[in-house]
Amino acid sequence: MLNLTLSHYLILSGLMFSVSVVGIFLNRKNLIVLLMAIELMLLSVNTNFIAFSHYLNDTAGQIFVFFILTVAAAEAAIGLAILIVLFRNLRTIDMDELDSLKG
Amino acid sequence: MNYLSTLYPAYAEIFLLVMACVILIADLLVENQRKTVTYVLVQLTLLVLFLTTYHYHQTEPAHLFHNMFVGDQMSDALKMFSYIAVSMVLVYTRSYMLVRGLFTGEFMVLTLFALLGMMVMISASHFMSMYVGLEIMSLSLYAMVALQRDSATATEAAMKYFILGALASGLLLYGMSMLYGATGTLEVKAVADAIKGGVANSNLVVFGLVFIVAGLAFKLGAVPFHMWVPDVYQGAPTAIVMMIGSAPKLAAFAFVMRLLVESMQPLAAHWSAMLAIMAILSMAIGNISAISQVNIKRMLAYSSIAHIGFFLLGVLSGTVEGYGAAMFYIVIYALMTLGAFGMITLLSHEGYEADSLDSFKGLNQRSPWLAFMMLLLMFSMAGVPPTAGFYAKFSVLEQIVKTGHVEMAIAAVMLSLIGAFYYLRIVKLMYFDVPESHEPIRMPAESGLLISLNGLAVLALGILPGWLMAACSVVVQKSLLLQ
Repeated sequence: MLNLTLSHYLILSGLMFSVSVVGIFLNRKNLIVLLMAIELMLLSVNTNFIAFSHYLNDTAGQIFVFFILTVAAAEAAIGLAILIVLFRNLRTIDMDELDSLKG
Repeated sequence: MNYLSTLYPAYAEIFLLVMACVILIADLLVENQRKTVTYVLVQLTLLVLFLTTYHYHQTEPAHLFHNMFVGDQMSDALKMFSYIAVSMVLVYTRSYMLVRGLFTGEFMVLTLFALLGMMVMISASHFMSMYVGLEIMSLSLYAMVALQRDSATATEAAMKYFILGALASGLLLYGMSMLYGATGTLEVKAVADAIKGGVANSNLVVFGLVFIVAGLAFKLGAVPFHMWVPDVYQGAPTAIVMMIGSAPKLAAFAFVMRLLVESMQPLAAHWSAMLAIMAILSMAIGNISAISQVNIKRMLAYSSIAHIGFFLLGVLSGTVEGYGAAMFYIVIYALMTLGAFGMITLLSHEGYEADSLDSFKGLNQRSPWLAFMMLLLMFSMAGVPPTAGFYAKFSVLEQIVKTGHVEMAIAAVMLSLIGAFYYLRIVKLMYFDVPESHEPIRMPAESGLLISLNGLAVLALGILPGWLMAACSVVVQKSLLLQ
């Protein structure tokens, strides 16, 4: 029977965080995948907070998680709203097509 | 009842929250397409906020809501500057937004909510309130960039701003979670005590610090996390860029002070090395890239990156006088940005954006007074005496030389010299080139008055900078919990 310690959780959240950063920088295809990567990043932070909170016997971290979850919902709403407006204008949600601004 | 009266440092925030909701509803009942009632209500709200903050100003830091919120001299001063900046944005942009059909209730309510976020950021003394304030501000700003919803460039800018802003929040939060793990607390003051007392795991703290600095750099737009700045400045409507470029910088200053200086002063050696690299790179890349721009909004975006580099120099000096100089710099920077973008909105009219360098050609022949105001603003951005920008740069340089960073001061001066080229090019275009059109410039009386006040303020603060500089030093000194 494997005993789960704090470092297991930290490694898991570190991996989730890395996956999301890679998802944001290497994904050149789809904007929805990008929004998913942003959500994953916030979830990895939540994992961190809950793991630390349990380990430190301090509830402040868990309360912070509630706030992060709420903000993440608002952020997803605004992100998807911008995505819809963008799709109406460009008829695509392809990352590579977002290149009209440069110089 | 007793409890309510202890909340007085937060009266301004509570009032703004109530008024933003009231205006949101009241706007539904305003039939008028010019939205005069809503506009007057918003300006009155800002006036009352100013008076409230002035009346209930703090002499000693007062902590509220279980140390989540702090009212001190620095937060009061920054809030009052933010009210002035937001009020100026609305005056400048009214006719610009009206002719584009964007002067809606949403625009004004989002502006107020963004201001609320900035105020919470300025007064936050707990990681949770910092994060909530930052998100209230950022979410409002994302929506404002996308306000012009039939414009492909504006929506593209909004998407880029949203993605990189969310990434920055994620980095910042990851850093905060590491600090929480290392110190066992989320309060700025307790984090500082834990780090100083050696209770905290120092590896974990430094690991978290790296993420926090990266997140802050994203939000400030410092190199190497600057790629969103030019795109957002160019793509978003000028009025919104004016908003993004002015008041949020003041809130970001408070954020940097609370996160890096108050909570992590013992690690100054670590973060000032990171800030030094970012400062030099920002000044270099900002000033050099700005030279090749033909779009003035994009040029001002690179110029803002360079200015942030200069501001970071003041922070990394690590002394109270240095922080005071950085605060002075950021206040003057906000004033200059408002003026420069205000000028673009004044020269634009229906169906025409004055966002290329060519639209400033021969401005002196069309309107000598406006050309003179733009000259003052550009001289100030370049740091030519006797304008305020010169004194701001001078005081930052003075502080970093005093703390022994002579080589950084030399680099900063050389890079500012490169930067002077593109500001002076605008002066050359205005005074020595032939205008493309001889159309008279039509602008509302209040915007004309405001741009005159703005330009003259930049000159007056350059001639008599002492009082503002002294005020900035005093409020920083009275507010930061320095060891």
